[in-house]
Amino acid sequence: MTASHRKAPGEIRARRSFYWTHVVEPYLYLTPAIVLIALVILVPLVIGISYSFQSIMLLRPKEAAWAGLDNYVALWGDRMFWIALENTFVWTFGSLFFQFFLGLGLALLLNTRFTGRRLFQALVFLPWAVPTFLSALVWAWLFNPLIGPLPHWLAALGVLSEPYNILGDPDLAIWGPIAANIWFGVPFFAITLLAALQSIPSELYEAAEIDGASAWQGFTKITLPFLAPMIAITVMLRTIWIANFADLIFIMTGGGPANSSQILSTYIFTTAFKKLDFGYASALSVALLLLLFLYAVLVLFLRRKVVRV
Amino acid sequence: MARLELTGVEKRYGAVEVLRDVNLRINDGEFIVLVGPSGCGKSTLLRMIAGLEEISEGEFSIDGKRMNEVPPRDRDIAMVFQSYALYPHMDVARNMGFSMEIRGEGTPARRSKVAAAAATLGLSALTARLPKALSGGQRQRVAMGRAIVRDPRAFLFDEPLSNLDAALRVEMRLEIARLHRRLDATMVYVTHDQVEALTLADRIVVLNGGIIQQVGTPLDLYETPANRFVAQFIGSPTMNVIAVTPAEGGVRLGNGVLLALPGVSIDVTELGIRPEHLDLADPAASTMTGIADVVEHLGSDTNIYAQVEGIGPLMVRQHGHVALRPGDPVDIAIQPGKAHLFDTAGKALRQA
Amino acid sequence: MATWQRANPLMRTGKLAAIAFYLCFALFPLYWLIKIAVTPDRLIYTEGTALWPSEFTIGNFTTVIWQTDFLRFFGNSLIVSLSTAAIATLIAAGAGYAFSRFDFRGKRLVIALMLLTQMFPLLMIIAPIYRIIAAMGLLNSLSSLILVYIAFNIPFATFLMQSFFDGIPKDLEDAAMMDGCTRFQSLRKVILPLTLPGLGATLGFVFTAAWSEVLFALMLIKSNASMTFPVGLLTFVSKFSVDWGQMMAAGVLALVPSCMFFIFIQRYLVQGLTSGAVKG
Repeated sequence: MTASHRKAPGEIRARRSFYWTHVVEPYLYLTPAIVLIALVILVPLVIGISYSFQSIMLLRPKEAAWAGLDNYVALWGDRMFWIALENTFVWTFGSLFFQFFLGLGLALLLNTRFTGRRLFQALVFLPWAVPTFLSALVWAWLFNPLIGPLPHWLAALGVLSEPYNILGDPDLAIWGPIAANIWFGVPFFAITLLAALQSIPSELYEAAEIDGASAWQGFTKITLPFLAPMIAITVMLRTIWIANFADLIFIMTGGGPANSSQILSTYIFTTAFKKLDFGYASALSVALLLLLFLYAVLVLFLRRKVVRV
Repeated sequence: MARLELTGVEKRYGAVEVLRDVNLRINDGEFIVLVGPSGCGKSTLLRMIAGLEEISEGEFSIDGKRMNEVPPRDRDIAMVFQSYALYPHMDVARNMGFSMEIRGEGTPARRSKVAAAAATLGLSALTARLPKALSGGQRQRVAMGRAIVRDPRAFLFDEPLSNLDAALRVEMRLEIARLHRRLDATMVYVTHDQVEALTLADRIVVLNGGIIQQVGTPLDLYETPANRFVAQFIGSPTMNVIAVTPAEGGVRLGNGVLLALPGVSIDVTELGIRPEHLDLADPAASTMTGIADVVEHLGSDTNIYAQVEGIGPLMVRQHGHVALRPGDPVDIAIQPGKAHLFDTAGKALRQA
Repeated sequence: MATWQRANPLMRTGKLAAIAFYLCFALFPLYWLIKIAVTPDRLIYTEGTALWPSEFTIGNFTTVIWQTDFLRFFGNSLIVSLSTAAIATLIAAGAGYAFSRFDFRGKRLVIALMLLTQMFPLLMIIAPIYRIIAAMGLLNSLSSLILVYIAFNIPFATFLMQSFFDGIPKDLEDAAMMDGCTRFQSLRKVILPLTLPGLGATLGFVFTAAWSEVLFALMLIKSNASMTFPVGLLTFVSKFSVDWGQMMAAGVLALVPSCMFFIFIQRYLVQGLTSGAVKG
């Protein structure tokens, strides 16, 4: 017992080694990541928020000054902002709905056995690997009646009165990028849901089959409840991601015609990139950030209410 | 080889105390088995000896040299893991020779030593295989081979057999016993299986709730358990424990019978009796009567689970075959001198 | 499950139809891209909507490669994407290892910060970054783009690497330490060789992300000499908006590197990408 009370030289070393493995060493591995993220993302984030209270137009550098809430007041009265907000809803939930259900269908399909399944999986996941700018261009070309088949098919089906480019039609333009987004996003949902499906123990289905459950009952009583928590999180993260995702719209329609396909994130980008009005662009981003934050809180709240796992 | 000594060793995770005041001296060449229910701290103790867990308080020394701050690689100890922990990307030979590779020993020395270890473990034909191409028993052997090649001062085993099926477990148990005899090395072995503990150990350390309950030879623990926990943990089938009240010249059983036990302490509250120390007797000589509930015929033995009047369920083990059927009445006698007595705290009471 | 798989012809046809539908949906746009790219110029309008061209040519490809700035864009993109992938993966491997193997003060905070970067619109920082980089005089430099891309990709790559490290039993490291390794030796000789598939997948993932990024590249790069492929192709589209064959040929070429990486990583996607997410 005396040994534990004697101050052996080793005990100081022991404290030091404890300090080393619990305080210093992990940060040796982490420092590069933390420094980069702090410098390139977090610091600019704070600066960006501060921009939203300033008037910063690169074209008129002398007028840069603190502007208080001017940008936000302007935003409240900006008709474009409200249009873009409405379009953001259409864009986000229109894309999400089809991505999710097509993705779920694909995941269920991939979770069964058939010949050539591995090759099939590689091929249907391929759109995910296509660079987004290229997806945007390909779909823009597909909708072009000169070289793309889609307008002709849509006309033949009676959806369109004649084969014209829907990307030029204010009523329909936003559905072009949505189509491209669905194409691009289905593999993501399929991958995530497939992984979740594969984690459901097969004994559960066997037990259900012995209990006399039909395939449909197996799906509604086992598969869906098991997937639910995962679905809630994935859908939430994906919603935020899609709402932020400006590339497709920017390349396919540039927000037009007549801003009919302008969503908040493309509006932010055009305001910064074309008008070089950084103050207003930052105010728009803060507004978008707040909306997404509210949405995330709502989803997490609902998840806790609905899913009891 | 090595003498390991733990003095006042404790382990805490924050406020949670995992091990308390462990004092243990492991002699050179001794085979020590740490045994206890899961969560008793036995694996933590082993990992502290290995250097994989820090020692919160107290001292651990090898041959008198303090080891608390010495990293595992410098303790010169080998360990066999429950999961075997074979390196999946190295073949059997490289797995076994890895410690020599790290020490920078030459290929010829490595090769001959690995070959020798492989030969003793019957692995010679498998040295070029990857672990995934081996069966569970073969993996277990490779893990042992790796420890042997390390040529350590002491061997540590962390439940090495618990992933094997019953037949293989017996075989590997014998293998480990042979290894110990041949190498004459200090070995510390963790298990929750008391059969392994009883068959392998020179001395057994019984742990419960982070506290050493008793240290002793297998026979010590069987014959003179220090408390009720050890009494019930060691020995199979489990010891029967029944409530008793102290009486003049002995104890009174629940059915009113007085069991003569001269010099018994008045603190006694429970009596423990192993199933093999109960006999089926003539109604005249019996102390208890009851009804057979379940009868297991094992061939060499018969296990009788009986409902005893005024006492409750008791298990009786008889040699050979006993023609008894469920529902038959049984008369039971306690073999003289085999009863264990415990006080309220579960501590064993010695008869004066 | 076995019962309805065995029989029920209706189910079988339905399944086949679903397989066919998903295949067409996934592959048709890519097929169309390739089809126009190999159709000779004079046939593009006359056979505009025919499913199969009557003649093939590789002329569009040779023109794009030799008579435009394509090779330079392609080279710039390769430099940017490869450097980003290599550096981001290395840094993420370190961070993922720390998350997987250590319990340390501030861990939750660091993880929360990394998650935060995945939540807010990256467009939000486009203005500050533009001004910072302009102030440093680094507009039009590939290295500024690489730096930004690395930072963007580190959080996700870190979580990906962490899930791969989590998949390696801790016992192996303990065994290596018992065998005489220092922590660094066990990392190099035992952990790293076992993480190679994970490193490959992360590398491929970051490469693809960097290869397809447009908005920051548009903002930070204006000079023709340092344009990356997406930016180059977009200017190409607006300049020669009628030369469909060449644009599509350039598109096909842009597809090649990311598809190559995709074929490599798609095996690990289901196991690696979501093993962390499923637990949550």
